[in-house]
Amino acid sequence: MPRIRKVRRLSTRDKIVLTAMVAIPTLIELVFVWLPTLFSIGLSFTRWNGLDLTDIHPAGLANYQYVAQNYPPFWPAVQHNILWLLFLGIIATPLGLLLAVLLDQQIRGSRIYQSIFFAPVMLSLALVGAIWQLFYQRDHGLLNFLLGTAGTPAAVDWFGDSNVNIWAALVAATWRHAGYVMLLYLAGLKGVDPALKEAAAIDGANAYQTFFRVVFPAMRPINIVIVVITIIESLRAFDIVYVINRGTNGLELISALVIQNLVGEGQVIGVGSALATILLVISLVPIIFYLTRTFGKEAKEQ
Amino acid sequence: MSVIAAPSIKEAPKATGIGGSRPRRHYATHLILIVLAAMWLLPLGWSVYTALRPIASTNQYGYFSLAGPYNFDNFIAAWNQGGFSKYFLNSALITVPSVLLTLFFSSLMAFAVSRVNWKFNITLLILFTAGNLLPPQVLAAPLFQMFKHLNLPYWFSDSGTLLNTYISVIAVDTAFQIGFCTFVLSNYMKALSSDLTEAALVDGAGIWRQYWSIIMPLCRPAFAALGTLEVIFIYNDFFWPLLFIQSGDRLPVTTAINNLQGVFLSNYNLLAAGATITVIPTLVIYLVLQRQFVAGLTLGASKG
Repeated sequence: MPRIRKVRRLSTRDKIVLTAMVAIPTLIELVFVWLPTLFSIGLSFTRWNGLDLTDIHPAGLANYQYVAQNYPPFWPAVQHNILWLLFLGIIATPLGLLLAVLLDQQIRGSRIYQSIFFAPVMLSLALVGAIWQLFYQRDHGLLNFLLGTAGTPAAVDWFGDSNVNIWAALVAATWRHAGYVMLLYLAGLKGVDPALKEAAAIDGANAYQTFFRVVFPAMRPINIVIVVITIIESLRAFDIVYVINRGTNGLELISALVIQNLVGEGQVIGVGSALATILLVISLVPIIFYLTRTFGKEAKEQ
Repeated sequence: MSVIAAPSIKEAPKATGIGGSRPRRHYATHLILIVLAAMWLLPLGWSVYTALRPIASTNQYGYFSLAGPYNFDNFIAAWNQGGFSKYFLNSALITVPSVLLTLFFSSLMAFAVSRVNWKFNITLLILFTAGNLLPPQVLAAPLFQMFKHLNLPYWFSDSGTLLNTYISVIAVDTAFQIGFCTFVLSNYMKALSSDLTEAALVDGAGIWRQYWSIIMPLCRPAFAALGTLEVIFIYNDFFWPLLFIQSGDRLPVTTAINNLQGVFLSNYNLLAAGATITVIPTLVIYLVLQRQFVAGLTLGASKG
């Protein structure tokens, strides 16, 4: 490849410019993202109150042992994270795909529908929590009114009742996630060669077969992106449960437990960091999967 | 459900009465979409409706009636009681520098890894892309402690540290978003013909000239798309201000709405107005820059 020769053609001045171009962003990335990540791992093996840097004491695996054995909200949080992933994966993401498939047909008003379904993606999850509060509220909420339970003892406090609030939060999260998935799939569907569909139709495939045997597999790259986004979003879920009740009383998530241990009255940095490290290790699975898919081929070529 | 639309419906022959040859009208599709769209609009519509009604008529007729006047009093009251002008200013003070810095630094990085061939291209790109995929909570504690233990003169920061400053949020937002923008921009720059810079090289243009005068102008569509997207991302960010900013009057509006919920707790009409006010900037950006915004999202995801 002739391109490789470029490096040799660089003057000293070019080399200095290039070094600065790479060094400054890399330094920012290392100092504010990767160094803290490593510190999180390091701090998870220590005991520290966060006050004096000389007070950091080694603790071995004690924080992990505590989290797994003596920290009541931990296992519910793990279950909730799994539930979050399953709900997004089984309901929200397929709903987004359905919307995309419906809108991909040449129908009137497609753009208006798209704008409506996509509008919640423009809102922060914190705001989604506030808006749905008006919807879910016990005495004045719309949902209890529609169910005919408003003002009666049967009225449900959708965000307050620890038996139902995770489901209420998941519906609100779906409201946002499905629109996002729809948009990505709409882009993916546009990228599918129409000749593929025609060929399938000629071979006598019905609409259902054409979609699941031809169109869907042809969208493999976008499918991978969607799987990764769905997993990462469910691990990152935080804002909405924090806005509702700070991630307590039925809404425990690992991300919320991390923050509960780091800020507020009893700072337990070792425990918070152990939870953060657990979150990190789980997150690395989809991240590495995605990175090998995306960069694997290029890395081999080099 | 019909997945494949009949190709070029408009040219299809008019209905002849025989079922098979009639153009598809998608009645069922429209029915499903209308029902879903109505469900989708309900929470937002309900907020706006509640916000437009005075609390007096709500108290008199209940939340679920149409009676009574409609006006903007709740918006005015929420704006004044909630201190929105201050929060919007805070949002702007955080969002504008963060977006500009993110785009600038990521364009430098993207240029270096996509237009110059050297050993660590892929390694660096992986480092940046992976950084953006981490859950923010993973790095929260060390960042908080780093900012807390970094002593600064009081003329620079009244907290004596980086905590409770806009700079802390700007720095972390920038660092976190550089990864995503570098990934997108480097893909964009890779797709530009290498002849462009080869020709410039022959003419004796240095690296900076190639970056600033040749590649940057060509990336304008990508910058427009990413800029729109990043404004929304950073404006909507709830977490970093929550972590770093302790005094309420420095919070950006997205994080402040959390506190306002407490202030407005007895008056849902006010809360609805506050929520609606917070939505307005993002909805305006979306409606005006819809194309850029959508392009930005798909630009990042289309390469799997």
